[in-house]
Amino acid sequence: MSVLEVQDLTVEYVSDERSVRGADRVSFSIEQGEILGLAGESGCGKSTCANAIMRLLKEPARITGGSIRFDGHDVLDMDAARLRQWRWREVAMVFQSAMSSLNPVMRIGDQLVDTLRAHERISRADAWRRAGELLAMVRIDADRLRAYPHQLSGGQRQRVVIAMACALRPRLLILDEPTTALDVVVQQEILQQIRELQRELDFAVLFITHDMSLMLELSDRIGIMVAGRIVELAPAATIRDDARHPYTRALMGAFPPISGPRTRLSGLAEGVRFTDVPDLVEVAPGHLVAPGGAPIQEEAA
Amino acid sequence: MRFILRRIGFYLLAFWVSITLNFLLPRLMPGDPVTRMLSRSQQRLEPQQIEALQQMLGVNGGPWWQEYPDYLRRVLTGDFGVSISRFPTPVTEVIAQQLPWTLLLGGVSLVIAVVLGNLLGILAAWRRGGLLDSVAPPLLVFIGSFPYFWLAMGALYLFGVMLGWAPLRHAFSVGLTPSWDPTFIGDVAAHLVLPALSIVLVSIGGWMLGMRNTMIATNAEDYILMAEAKGLSPSRIMLRYGARNALLPSVTSIGMSIGFIVGGALLTEVVFAYPGVGYQLLAAVQGLDYPLMQGLFLTITAAVLLANLLVDLVYVRLDPRVRVA
Repeated sequence: MSVLEVQDLTVEYVSDERSVRGADRVSFSIEQGEILGLAGESGCGKSTCANAIMRLLKEPARITGGSIRFDGHDVLDMDAARLRQWRWREVAMVFQSAMSSLNPVMRIGDQLVDTLRAHERISRADAWRRAGELLAMVRIDADRLRAYPHQLSGGQRQRVVIAMACALRPRLLILDEPTTALDVVVQQEILQQIRELQRELDFAVLFITHDMSLMLELSDRIGIMVAGRIVELAPAATIRDDARHPYTRALMGAFPPISGPRTRLSGLAEGVRFTDVPDLVEVAPGHLVAPGGAPIQEEAA
Repeated sequence: MRFILRRIGFYLLAFWVSITLNFLLPRLMPGDPVTRMLSRSQQRLEPQQIEALQQMLGVNGGPWWQEYPDYLRRVLTGDFGVSISRFPTPVTEVIAQQLPWTLLLGGVSLVIAVVLGNLLGILAAWRRGGLLDSVAPPLLVFIGSFPYFWLAMGALYLFGVMLGWAPLRHAFSVGLTPSWDPTFIGDVAAHLVLPALSIVLVSIGGWMLGMRNTMIATNAEDYILMAEAKGLSPSRIMLRYGARNALLPSVTSIGMSIGFIVGGALLTEVVFAYPGVGYQLLAAVQGLDYPLMQGLFLTITAAVLLANLLVDLVYVRLDPRVRVA
């Protein structure tokens, strides 16, 4: 059975004049231990989906349709107390701005202890010891527990957040652009770390980024989002070699391949807007594509 | 530690500058205050008074480099001379009589206004757009924008004169002598209610709004969202993650307010005939009591500086980011 099953999820940002669909009938599922990537340009609804899964959306965003099932339980049906228990215990999240997701006036040890003690009956001393082990897991010295966030480098802070996310051994880890603010060297270290932890703890990952090379490197399957809709969902290799949807192909053409023959970068054509994306159709086993959607001026040059 | 020493050094310097200004100002005025006072009182001052004045102002002749060390010595030993308007009481004694009442009134009303205002602000921001958030700020701002003396006199008239619930004047009833027995303390408390309440009413709105606004900004921070995602209880997120951070700007204004308590709440003290420093300062200005004025100004300066130093030290405890390694 899938760990997470999202069916026709629709999120609307409602204001007095009009409402905008942040996510439009999004459907996907993640299996135990699988890494699913969600890629797309800024504003396409990736983070909206992630926040909707954890029910963290704030007004004016509203989930107006669809269902989210975690391990068979209806997430949208949970009351506040149940939701508090479920969060982090089952699904943890590393935010887009993990640099600023640590409370600046609390020692990182205290913040780790806070997380542990919110979910487990455990003494402060034991929690502190566990916090030290968690730091060691992401290769940070345990005596840094007494440090405040501003005393750590960006990469260290990010690793602290990852350690925090793994603290309760969740079944699913949502990574919302976890490396955006970091330089490429640190990015690789962080990804390496996530891969190791994932192998060790066997959690599923929902990995969100606009960086296609990182995405292809890490993910088992990839979903491509445009304007709140998924236009193509397939195994990573298929997306790389055999993308069907014009948007996916444009996205793949927007970054240079490191090996192979020199190719001309095509990029995302300016002014191309996909509206009324139809539902996905299975074109090959495990390869879903939205039909039509041709407004790309290919090889115009 | 080095940080603390640096701060203390800075405040000592500031104190020196202010007492030096206090020494210079009378000298920069055209003529000299003693002569002017003499002409105003038509020579009815006693020789001792004149001497006290001259001594305080350092205008008893002699070049400044002789007067200045003398003046410094007197300031540091707390010798401000003799009050003119309440001759022959020494200035320090006059201040010592008034200061406790001012500290009591100002301290009690500040603590109530700060604690209540900040709590209301935290709650209003947490339930943004809720009942408390929509009713309390406009109401408190409305009350706060009344002319203060009007509000105070209205309260005095309503609760003191018409309903007779509160005493009309002074800090304790006539006939009682200050002591620590329960009757006297009860009497002081009864006299304190109305003046303190009037101050709280006009100042609480500012505290609440300030806290509400910083708290709303803080609630948009990523660590609040993260705390929510971690499944922490709402009260813990609100206090440890939200309010704890939103409090920081508030601390600075609390410190300033503590310093200014010593200056007394002039209007309150006048309306309720409360025997505080503000009332005394007014009397000193009206009576051209220069030694008392100087004594009061120096006390206020010292208090403001001391309060700021305190805030600096507290701030270092509260915000790890200002601890310079």
